[in-house]
Amino acid sequence: MSAADVTPVPMTAKRRGAQLGMLAFAVLIVMGAYASVGLGLKDKVPSGMLVYGLGLGGVMLAAYLVLAKFAPWADPLLLPLVTLVNGIGLVMIYRLEEGGIKDASAANQLMWTALGVVMFSATLIALRDHRALQRFTYTAGFVGVVLLVLPVLPVVGSEHYGARIWMNLGPFSLQPGEFAKLALVVFFAGYLVAKRDVLALAGRRLLLIDLPRARDLGPVLITWGVSIAVLVAEKDLGTSLLLFGAFIAMLYIATQRTSWVLIGVLLFVGGALLAGQVFSHVEARFTGWLHADDPKIYDAGTSYQLMQGLFSIGSGGILGSGLGRGHPGLTPFSFSDFIFDATGEELGLTGLMAILMVYALIVQRGLRTSLASRDPFSKLLAGGLSFILAWQVFIIVGGVTRLIPLTGLVTPFMSAGGSALLANWMLIALLVRMSDAARRPPPQAIQDEGLTQVMQR
Amino acid sequence: MSELTLLLIRLAFLAVLWFFVIAAVGVIRTDLFGPRTAPAPARKPVKQARPAAKPKKGEPRQLIVTGGPLQGTIINLTETPITIGRANDATLVLSDDYASSRHARLFPQDGQWIVEDLGSTNGTYLERSKVTRPTPVPLGVPIRIGKTVIELRK
Repeated sequence: MSAADVTPVPMTAKRRGAQLGMLAFAVLIVMGAYASVGLGLKDKVPSGMLVYGLGLGGVMLAAYLVLAKFAPWADPLLLPLVTLVNGIGLVMIYRLEEGGIKDASAANQLMWTALGVVMFSATLIALRDHRALQRFTYTAGFVGVVLLVLPVLPVVGSEHYGARIWMNLGPFSLQPGEFAKLALVVFFAGYLVAKRDVLALAGRRLLLIDLPRARDLGPVLITWGVSIAVLVAEKDLGTSLLLFGAFIAMLYIATQRTSWVLIGVLLFVGGALLAGQVFSHVEARFTGWLHADDPKIYDAGTSYQLMQGLFSIGSGGILGSGLGRGHPGLTPFSFSDFIFDATGEELGLTGLMAILMVYALIVQRGLRTSLASRDPFSKLLAGGLSFILAWQVFIIVGGVTRLIPLTGLVTPFMSAGGSALLANWMLIALLVRMSDAARRPPPQAIQDEGLTQVMQR
Repeated sequence: MSELTLLLIRLAFLAVLWFFVIAAVGVIRTDLFGPRTAPAPARKPVKQARPAAKPKKGEPRQLIVTGGPLQGTIINLTETPITIGRANDATLVLSDDYASSRHARLFPQDGQWIVEDLGSTNGTYLERSKVTRPTPVPLGVPIRIGKTVIELRK
């Protein structure tokens, strides 16, 4: 028996078969959903089923092939899970378009999904070793801030729906903030790897919590300032909440000190209260949240959208009205911010819970990657990226279900919107790249007995 | 299309959605605990458990030192793991400058003996390849630890 026959015990396997199977399963579910929409709306299987279903299937097969070639050890579940959420989003947008909502465009969304997969593949092919990103820590931070500031600039920036977060690019408009969050997470990870020891250890202990030194507090205060500035200049509550939460979570991952979380929460609550006092649009969001069911506020339009969304979910009940059988069009923006409510109406609590489970599993795979990673930069980056995904789902789902004040954020992979899809597919590509590195077995030493067995005396 | 059909389609879709989630969890499970062979042997543990006490044909019963200062030493294999190193509490105590105090460990798992290097300085070699992670040891294949060579025999 030769050495090559010795089968190793370890568990990590490529699981390509499982991945392909789950991917096909996800695409089949999406095609079933298309058929169900057609049967619900018009009593016949829609012609769009084959076009959109096979379109999605083809795009995802391409993504799978790129993944199998360039990241063979990657987590087998990330791609199928994302495919399912993305597909359900496509179906909902298709359903809303068929239902007569003129801004919803399934063809556009499918095109952006394809572009998202192109971004995913490009990231995987171009970035062979994610640790290269660590070298661009401060560049990433600079790029992130520039991307955040771009929409405020006079020529390139433009304001839609009361938030100045768009950037005009010829016929398209992009939301650079979506990409900024990726760059900033890379920056936070690189920065915290370098500074975590001093952040964790230096400082005084006061009243059971460790107070950091003033100069270590600097970056936190700067991030806080930037997120508040974004909030003020662009009226974009969601992004500022997202960024600040991500930074606090990554500080916690890096230092394991609860004091940072306390300081962060206090700073944010303080900032939010202050903004609620000073800025009318923030105050309106608070009022719309706290007194959403007050007829005066509802009639004034402050909480109209939120309450319509809640009625929509409520009418769905436990099992939903069935795809194509509800009235999600009654909620304004049911194809973007409120797609979760629209889905809730048609699939019911059961369907919403399944979708939230899929999100939870994506985040779990990300955190698992973080745990399995070998170097601290990857740990922080994977942890930060998974957290930002989870946090984003929490902010928007909490917002549309009136758990927290409503802030405009996209539901990752589901809402209509190109920038968010592209950015989130890049995020998944980074997670896939890191899980590939984390699950890849360590290189086998090539030993030649003639060279190594020199210890015989 | 009757209401009943639509209701059935609706319920079937939700069921399939949840089945997807469960399948995903199943993949994670397999990833964590290895392939799903657990239930199959679980049904026949009676047959396998009894021979485990008395080694089956083909399963090693002895560990023999075939090279180095301790040549000729024989250790009978039981269910307990065997540690090898210079430390006094090791099962096989080596007096070898090339061995670490806790050098390697041999333990039974599912009827196989597995060798694991415990972070030794000079490494453990199974036949010609360095042991970088727990590896099953076939019968009669030499394990080298410093100047010592051991083998599993029936």
